[in-house]
Amino acid sequence: MREALEGSQAIARAVALCEPDVVAAYPITPQTHIVENLSELVAQGDLHTEFVSVESEFSAASVVLGAAATGARAYTATASQGTLLMAEVLFNIAGMRLPLVMTVANRAVSAPLSIWNDHADSMAVRDSGWIQLHATSNQEAVDTTIQAFRITQETELPVMVCMDGFILTHTMEPIDLPDRMAVRDWLPPMAFSRSLDPERPLSLGMLVSPDYFPEIRHSHHAAMQQALAVIEEVDTSFHSRFGRAAGGLLTVEGDPEAKVGILAMGSTVGTLRAGMAHYVEAGPARLITLRSFRPFPAEALREAVEGLDCLIVIDRAISPGLGGVLGTEVAAVLSQSARPPHILNHALGLGGRDIPETVYVDLLDAGRDPDAPRFSVFDADMTKLAPEDR
Amino acid sequence: MHGRGGQGSVAAAYLLAATAFEAGWQCQAFPSFGAERRGAPVTAFVRVDQTQIHLRSQIRTPDVLIVQDDTLLQDERITAGLKSGGAMLVNTARDGGEIGAHFGCRCVNIDATELAITHLRRPIPNTGLLAALVTLEGRFALTALEKAVSGRFNGTILEQNLALIADAAAAVSAGAWAEEMSDA
Amino acid sequence: MTDATRLAELRQKFGRVPEGPSDPKPGTVSPREAQPRFRGLESGHRACQGCGEALAARLVMECAGPDVIVANATGCLEVFTTAWPQSAWRVPWVHSLFENAAAVASGIEAAMKARGKNTKVLAFGGDGATYDIGFQSLSGMLERYHNVLYVCYDNEAYMNTGIQRSSSTPHAATTTTSPAGKERMGKRHLKKDLVSIIAAHHIPYAASASVAFPQDLQRKVRYAMGIEGPTFLVIHSPCPLGWKHDSRLTIDVARKAVECGLFPMVELERGSLSNVMPIRQVRPVTDYLELQGRFRHLFADDPRAEEERAHLQALADYNITTYGLTGGDPDNADTVGTAAVGRGGHPAGRLRP
Repeated sequence: MREALEGSQAIARAVALCEPDVVAAYPITPQTHIVENLSELVAQGDLHTEFVSVESEFSAASVVLGAAATGARAYTATASQGTLLMAEVLFNIAGMRLPLVMTVANRAVSAPLSIWNDHADSMAVRDSGWIQLHATSNQEAVDTTIQAFRITQETELPVMVCMDGFILTHTMEPIDLPDRMAVRDWLPPMAFSRSLDPERPLSLGMLVSPDYFPEIRHSHHAAMQQALAVIEEVDTSFHSRFGRAAGGLLTVEGDPEAKVGILAMGSTVGTLRAGMAHYVEAGPARLITLRSFRPFPAEALREAVEGLDCLIVIDRAISPGLGGVLGTEVAAVLSQSARPPHILNHALGLGGRDIPETVYVDLLDAGRDPDAPRFSVFDADMTKLAPEDR
Repeated sequence: MHGRGGQGSVAAAYLLAATAFEAGWQCQAFPSFGAERRGAPVTAFVRVDQTQIHLRSQIRTPDVLIVQDDTLLQDERITAGLKSGGAMLVNTARDGGEIGAHFGCRCVNIDATELAITHLRRPIPNTGLLAALVTLEGRFALTALEKAVSGRFNGTILEQNLALIADAAAAVSAGAWAEEMSDA
Repeated sequence: MTDATRLAELRQKFGRVPEGPSDPKPGTVSPREAQPRFRGLESGHRACQGCGEALAARLVMECAGPDVIVANATGCLEVFTTAWPQSAWRVPWVHSLFENAAAVASGIEAAMKARGKNTKVLAFGGDGATYDIGFQSLSGMLERYHNVLYVCYDNEAYMNTGIQRSSSTPHAATTTTSPAGKERMGKRHLKKDLVSIIAAHHIPYAASASVAFPQDLQRKVRYAMGIEGPTFLVIHSPCPLGWKHDSRLTIDVARKAVECGLFPMVELERGSLSNVMPIRQVRPVTDYLELQGRFRHLFADDPRAEEERAHLQALADYNITTYGLTGGDPDNADTVGTAAVGRGGHPAGRLRP
C-alpha cells in the first residue's frame, strides 16, 4: 500500500514486515528515528521481537551477533561514530559468516563533528567482509532491506543497507510498503546451518593457526563473489513478486550513445537524474548507479562503461592522501578493460554539503576540461581556506 | 518553510507533503537537517509534482515561503531566492500587505498562533498556516489536508484541529494565489 | 518435546550415567566413566599444568549441564580449549571478542526468549575481560536483566598476553607491566572490588568462589542456574605461570588466599550480603604471599617490603571485619570441598569397591 512516510519510519515498517526475532540498537543521529519507530511498533504490539536497548553500538552489534549465532533473525542499525565503535564486531560478524541485516544511515565521521551525510562511515568498514548495498531512494531502501534478509540467509554473509542520513532517513515521500503476508510468503523462514544448539553442540569463533587462516579468508572472498549472483537473483525474484526491482548490482540509464558517463552511489543519483532531465543542453551522458559496493561487481561494471571515453566517479567519502575510495576502486577494476575510459574522480557533498541540481552541468564541464584534476573535492570553496591549505 | 524549533516546522512540512499525497500528487518533505534546539531558526522544505521527484537538493528558489514566526522577518535574507511572482504566507497579527511591500513580494498574513490558542490551547501555528496555504493556492482540496491531519491525530485533538482548519481557511481568500502558482 | 524429556535425551547423548536401576554396578566401569557429572569441558585441551581456570571451568560445566550455550570472551580459556579444528567443548560455544561476552550472551538469551526456549546462557571471561575491557557490556547485561550466568575466572592479570596487570591484580603484585624495582613495589593500586560493583546492580545473585572449594563453587553455580535473571560468579583461579608458584600448589595457593582473608568468599542477593564462608583459622597473609614469586619482593630486606606486607595484611583484616569472616561454625565450608574431591562427587564409597 502506498503511504507518505518518512524514510526512517518506512525502514522500521519494512524491518517489521520481515519479523526479526531480535533487534538491538543504540540511538545515533541520523539513525535515531529508525530505532524510535521500531520501539513504537513494539510498544503498539505491531512487532513481536526481543528489542534489546543496549548501552552502546558495540553491544548492539554484539547482541545481534549472539542472536544470529543461534539462528535467530536479527537486525540492527547505526551511523557514523556508531559504525566505527562497532567496527571490531562487524569484522567479527562477517568473519564468522553470520546472517544479519544492518541499516547504516550514512553520516560523516568526526572530527570535526558533523551530523550530516557522507559515506565515510560505511567506507571505513568496507573491508570488514559485509555485503554493502546502497539505496538511492527510500523506496529502494525499503525494498533492499526486505531483500537483505533473504540475501543474508542465502549467502550466510551479513548485509549492510546503506542509505544517506537525513537526505533519505528524514525525507517523507510516497512509499509502497509490501503486504505482510506477501513478504512472509516471499521470505523463507529463518534458517542457519551453523547455529548454536545444545542438541548439536559446535564451537564458533575459534582460534585459527596460520595452517588454516588463508583458506578461511579465501573462502570468505569466494563467498562474496558468489553473492553477486544471489544479489541479482533476489532482486529479480523481488521484482517478479512485488513488481519493482531495487537496482540489482548496478543500473545504467541515460543516453546509450553518450561518450561521458557518471557513476554514483546513493541519493546523489536522484539529483543527477533530475539534472540530466533538466539540463538537456549540457549534453548526453550515461548514468551508472552502483548498488552493490561489496561485493564489487567488476564484470558488470566493465560492461556498463563499454564505449565511454570518460567516466566521472562521484565519491561521498575521501581517503586523505589517496583521493576518492570508489573512484580508486573503479579505476583499478577498469584498468583490466581493453579500452578503459579516462577516469575523473570527484568527492561531493562531504559532511552534508548540499548537492545542487546544477552539479550535473558542472561535472560534465569538468569532464571536458583537459586540465581538470583527476581527483578533487569538487564543491570545496578554496576561498574559505588559507592559501597554504589550498 | 521557516520557523523556530518547537513550533512544528518539520511536522508542518510532513503534513503538507501528506496533503499533496492525499490529493494524488508526488511529494517530498525534509527538514534542513540541523541540530534542532527549541527556539532556534529551523527550515523545512516541501516539493510537490505530478511526476516522480528525483531531485534531493535543498530548495533555493521556492515558489512559496511560509514563515511561522514573524520575528524571523528581521532577517532581510528570508526572501532570498523566492521566485519572481512567488508568495509569502506569514503567521503574524501584522498586516501582510505591508510586509509584502517591504520585501517586494505578494504576502498574506494570518494570525495562526491566535487561532491555535483558541482551538488547541497551545501556540502551534502549523495546521492553521497549512489550511490558509491550501485555500489560497487552490491546488489541493481542503479535504486532503483534513485527511492528512486525521492520519496524524485522533480524538479531541483531531476535532480541534479540524475546527482550526475551517477557521483558518475562512480567514483567507480562496484561490487568491491560484494563478501565480499554476505554472510553478 | 517437553523440557524434561529433552534434557533426558541430552543427558543420554552426552554421557551422563542414566539414573535409577540401570546404574552400573560399582567396579564395572572406570571411575571417569562413572562420574555422574556432565563433561561440558573435555580433557585434552592445551591449558598449562596446574591451570586454575581450566579446573574452574570444568567444575562450572559439570553442574551447569548440557542445556546451555556458552559465550566466551577472548582469553586463555578460549585459546586453550578451541584451537581449530579441535574443540574441548561439548556444549554450543561461541567466542566473539575480548570485551563483548556479556553482550553476545545477551543476544543469545534474547534469541532464546524470542523462540520460547529455556536453554540457559553462560558467559565466561577472565578478569581482563570482566573487570576491565568488557566491564561496560557486563554492566549493560546486568541492568537489562538478561537471564545469563556470567562467570569470571579471576587469575588477577592478563595471562593470555603474558602476565600484564589488570584492575584485578592485587596490590603490590608484580606483573610484566607492574614490575618491582628501585622505584616501585609492584602494582601501586588496589584490586578492584568487583563483586560490590556487580551487587550494586541489585541483581538476584552475585558471589565469589574459589577452585580450592569445589563443592562450595558448584553449590553456587547450581543456585545461580536456578535463578531466572542475571547472576554473577567470580572464581579465584590461580595461574602458576603468572603467580609464579609450583603447578602442584594451585589448590593450596587458592585455599590460602581465602584463609588469609585476601579473597573473601561472599554471596550477595539483590545487593545485600546474604552469606559468607567463615574462616575457621585465619592465617597471616604472608602464608599466602610467600608461596608466590609475584610477591617475592615483599620478602626482601627492604623497609618498603615490610610496609607493603603490612598494607596487604590490613586489606585482609578489612575484608575479615567488613564481611564478618570469623566465627560461625568452625567445621563449615572450608572442609566440605576436600570431601567432595575425595568422593569424586559420588555418595560416599560408591567408587571404592
